Amino acid sequence: MIEVKDLYKGFLDVEVLKGISTTFHPGQTSLIIGQSGSGKTVFLKSLIGLHVPESGIISFNGRINTAFTTEAKREWRQEIGMVFQGSALFDSQTVEENVMFPLKMFTRKSEKEMLDRVNFVLDRVNLSDSNKKFPAELSGGMQKRVAIARAIVMNPKYLFCDEPNSGLDPQTSIVIDNLIQEITKEYKITTVINTHDMNSVMEIGEKIVFLENGIKAWEGSSNEIFKTDNEAIVDFVYSSNLFKKVRETYLSETK
Amino acid sequence: MNYLEHTGKYFMMLGQVFKKPQRPRVFREALFKDIEELGLKSLGIIMFISFFIGGVIALQTALNLDDPLIPDTLIGFAAKRSIILEFAPTFCSIILAGKVGSYITSSIGTMRVTEQIDALEVMGINSINYLVLPKIIATVFFYPFLICLGMILGIFGGWLAGVMSGLFAGTDYIIGIQSDFQPFLLVYAMIKTLVFAFLISTVPSYHGYYVKGGSLAVGKASTQAVVWTTVLIVIANYFLTQMLLT
Repeated sequence: MIEVKDLYKGFLDVEVLKGISTTFHPGQTSLIIGQSGSGKTVFLKSLIGLHVPESGIISFNGRINTAFTTEAKREWRQEIGMVFQGSALFDSQTVEENVMFPLKMFTRKSEKEMLDRVNFVLDRVNLSDSNKKFPAELSGGMQKRVAIARAIVMNPKYLFCDEPNSGLDPQTSIVIDNLIQEITKEYKITTVINTHDMNSVMEIGEKIVFLENGIKAWEGSSNEIFKTDNEAIVDFVYSSNLFKKVRETYLSETK
Repeated sequence: MNYLEHTGKYFMMLGQVFKKPQRPRVFREALFKDIEELGLKSLGIIMFISFFIGGVIALQTALNLDDPLIPDTLIGFAAKRSIILEFAPTFCSIILAGKVGSYITSSIGTMRVTEQIDALEVMGINSINYLVLPKIIATVFFYPFLICLGMILGIFGGWLAGVMSGLFAGTDYIIGIQSDFQPFLLVYAMIKTLVFAFLISTVPSYHGYYVKGGSLAVGKASTQAVVWTTVLIVIANYFLTQMLLT
């Protein structure tokens, strides 16, 4: 479980996060949504320790990440898997080498054991025939799947995804969403996703945190999002005519 | 950002570089890869340039020594001194600053802007140590061999230019290069090479690691890295010459 209490973070004179508090649970897919510039990426990077908060507490199963010793921080990092917006695969390495990289760095497994684990996770993301390809030879969706495979290869307790669907077509987005949700359930991972994709919000959003100008403006599930009266989130989520109609239909059916 | 801030940040980066690698096996792989990229792949250009510049030095010396009282052996002597003292260590290092420096900055800079460095950090890897230390060791250990090869080929190029042009006799040139041999000059050249190799690997790494923006920023950082590495090589060359030869 990840608990965030009163988190503040700014850059120079600009306050980006203004006292965010929330909780993310294991086995649950949590989504952070909000307009561009609302502080989503800064929030996610603060969670994974790439930004140091000015104040506030982020605790992972009761362990406060800003109070870690170097050794504890290293161990904690191995419990984290991260899928970056642009996949962030190492260009000079093949798919197999990319996925094997964390194993080589942090385990004492033999080459065969590592290869078995790599093949297992690549199979899990339906990419069993691309081991020897380089990232440049893969489509955007395949790159995302390799990034997910690399993120889960160490059996993480926490999975963070920064806009995993950006640049993908709707069908591939659904495949990626379902894959993340399946993995979250299967391994009881605490998953936090930054997204702009309203389809993801409706499909896999077990918990949704809506940020507006660095403040948590709303929190709830994808079912609650239909019924909410919060104007900010209604304007944001139902900005397209399609979603407006979906909401109207849902509300009329549940009256 | 002012120069003082850059200097401070550069030395703080070096503080992170010189730490024990997290996994020797991974470090070894990165080191061999960097020896290939930064060293072996520079062999061709250094051999080619050294050979022809050696020839030009010998020809220019021969053409400018038209006094019959000056022996032709001086051509070989002057060519040897110029090549060992300046051409091989300094001129070749400036060429390597351009070739290798831009490669280092663009490769690390691209990793920065495509979040690959963030990915390393999230995994708990000291990214500066992982990316920069193998490059320093690869250049510091390999460039002395490269520069020695440059010296040999430069001197050989001078001999061949003389023999082929008929401007001086090959035997005079050989007597010239054998006369007044001072081993310390080789030590001086090697000390310079080590300092320049260190600059060639660390200054471009700094520019690449701290790049901000997109591909245009990476291009600008590469240019800046080459310019600053060259400037620092020239300045270091002056001070090393002052310290070691006067």
